[in-house]
Amino acid sequence: MTAGATRGMWVIARYTFRECARRRVTVVVPVLSAIFLALYGLGVHFAFEAAHGTTRAAGGLVDTHALVGATLVGLAMFAILFLGAVFAVFLTFNTVRGDAETGSLQTLVVRPLSRPALLAGRFLGAGMLCGVYVFVMYLVAVAITGRIGDWWPHPLLLPGAALVGAVVIVAALSVLVSVYLTAIPSGIVVLMLYLAGLLAGLLGQIGDALSLSNLQTTGRYIAFVVPFEALYQQGLNSLTSGMTGLARVIVQLGPFGGAQDFGSWLWLYCLGYLLAVAALATWSFARRDL
Amino acid sequence: MAPLLEVRDLAKRYRATDALRGVSLRVEGASLVGLLGPNGAGKSTLVKICCGLVHPTSGEVRVAGHAPGTPEACAAIGYLAELFRFPPWLSADEVLRLHQELAGSRGGAEERSALLELVGLGYAAGRRVGEMSKGMQQRLGIAQALIGSPPLLLLDEPTSALDPAGRRDVRDLLVELRARGTSVLLNSHLLSEVELVCDRVVIIDAGRVVAEGDPGRLARAGGVEIETASGIRHFPDAGRDDIPGLVARLVAEGERVYEVRQVRSTLEDVYLEVVTPQEGR
Ligand SMILES: Nc1ncnc2c1ncn2[C@@H]1O[C@H](COP(=O)(O)OP(=O)(O)O)[C@@H](O)[C@H]1O
Ligand SMILES: [Mg+2]
Repeated sequence: MTAGATRGMWVIARYTFRECARRRVTVVVPVLSAIFLALYGLGVHFAFEAAHGTTRAAGGLVDTHALVGATLVGLAMFAILFLGAVFAVFLTFNTVRGDAETGSLQTLVVRPLSRPALLAGRFLGAGMLCGVYVFVMYLVAVAITGRIGDWWPHPLLLPGAALVGAVVIVAALSVLVSVYLTAIPSGIVVLMLYLAGLLAGLLGQIGDALSLSNLQTTGRYIAFVVPFEALYQQGLNSLTSGMTGLARVIVQLGPFGGAQDFGSWLWLYCLGYLLAVAALATWSFARRDL
Repeated sequence: MAPLLEVRDLAKRYRATDALRGVSLRVEGASLVGLLGPNGAGKSTLVKICCGLVHPTSGEVRVAGHAPGTPEACAAIGYLAELFRFPPWLSADEVLRLHQELAGSRGGAEERSALLELVGLGYAAGRRVGEMSKGMQQRLGIAQALIGSPPLLLLDEPTSALDPAGRRDVRDLLVELRARGTSVLLNSHLLSEVELVCDRVVIIDAGRVVAEGDPGRLARAGGVEIETASGIRHFPDAGRDDIPGLVARLVAEGERVYEVRQVRSTLEDVYLEVVTPQEGR
């Protein structure tokens, strides 16, 4: 990339930040996040209170404390990824065709910064924003859980990193889809893809629970087609990797039982996936009449 | 030196429509070229190809010697699209600043305020685009196109949202830019606009150039009409210099002459003559 293109890319990324800061709709995100965190804190409080009672009843056979903590953080991750995905889509759904239709894209494309740099700048800006968003939300949720229930995930940061990876992939897919579809259809398609990913997780879970290997394999395949789901599962899995015994088994059977360990090469796969998405988006954008 | 804009045999086919069918034109030196034609003639398509926004089906375009869409070509042009929208959450000054950064202009705050003054928006530097009228946005669009003093301006219907006074402002501005050495390709479906300022007019219709030349020459004299006692006599090939002779001859023939008129066909007449009526397509 030439120096001019790199500079242009950062100008566009900063422009994306400013757009995010100035648009009134963006206020929705912090408000929703605050509401979610408040509710989550309340939930954590009551859940641990209830767990306190059961621990004694179960006679210490299961580490209920860890079970509750992991389940709560897992729930939070589910919600945070959802919020992050909506945020990512919101930042990118109009990147190409949506903005071309309103006439905002053309004034930028005719500047000497090259189309790939423009696309990269938009992706970079959106990816950084929603990546930071989900990571901060994850840390806050973990801190709430730790303060109220005195349970900390181990490893601490890996699940958050998995969320960041997942939401960055959603943003990349959304940029790609925006090359082909106008704003609203593009947003709908990406959110449907997101739902498809969740469904894959669910399929895998049912497959696990009923020992249906066809279903398990299908779920795994879909998770690779939309690897934000695989990353999310990996994150959940690492959440419980520090646990042992029955508690771990129970957590994995729980609402996030689909949590699979895809191995650390999943990160490499996701990197390759991102590069492929970027290449396809750049190629299609270069050929487009605006 | 390569001409600022050279278009050769350019054709563009959108799925089912032939927007351009072999257009050639050149813009060089400090000149104001008007691209005139009815709606759907292909004017916007031509300009978008020159900016690298649209890919031609065939033909060749060179902007300052470079292929359109390359950084070198983009750096040589200032473009105002027919339909454009600046982010409503940016102020006028911020829009210009963004474009300065993208264009690599080092003009700084000085250039921005000078441009806002030039287009008559000096009072609205801090105003957000979302709170501007369409006319103000169009003025801002013109200022944006002028950032970095590009040698070639491509303006697509730059006065469509302006009132008559605003249109005159733009015309004056174009004349001033030409005096500073800028070349302008001005798209318009408004005859008056083109007729008043352009050095050269290219009329396109249904994707083809149908007439070309300087407006005065295109609107050539249309002969002489002389009203006599026996009716109006036409002399289609006669010009102003022929009038005394014609009158003397008629009088000598015993005619009584009441009125002599020199007929000028306006650019409008030429335009209506060369452009096929919509129904006829
Ligand atoms: N993106 C597009 N897709 C399909 N047809 C188009 C597109 N843009 C323009 N056209 C068609 O190409 C022709 C020329 O359009 P245009 O260049 O906008 O004309 P003008 O600017 O002279 O009014 C029209 O028939 C128009 O319908
Ligand atoms: Mg047009």
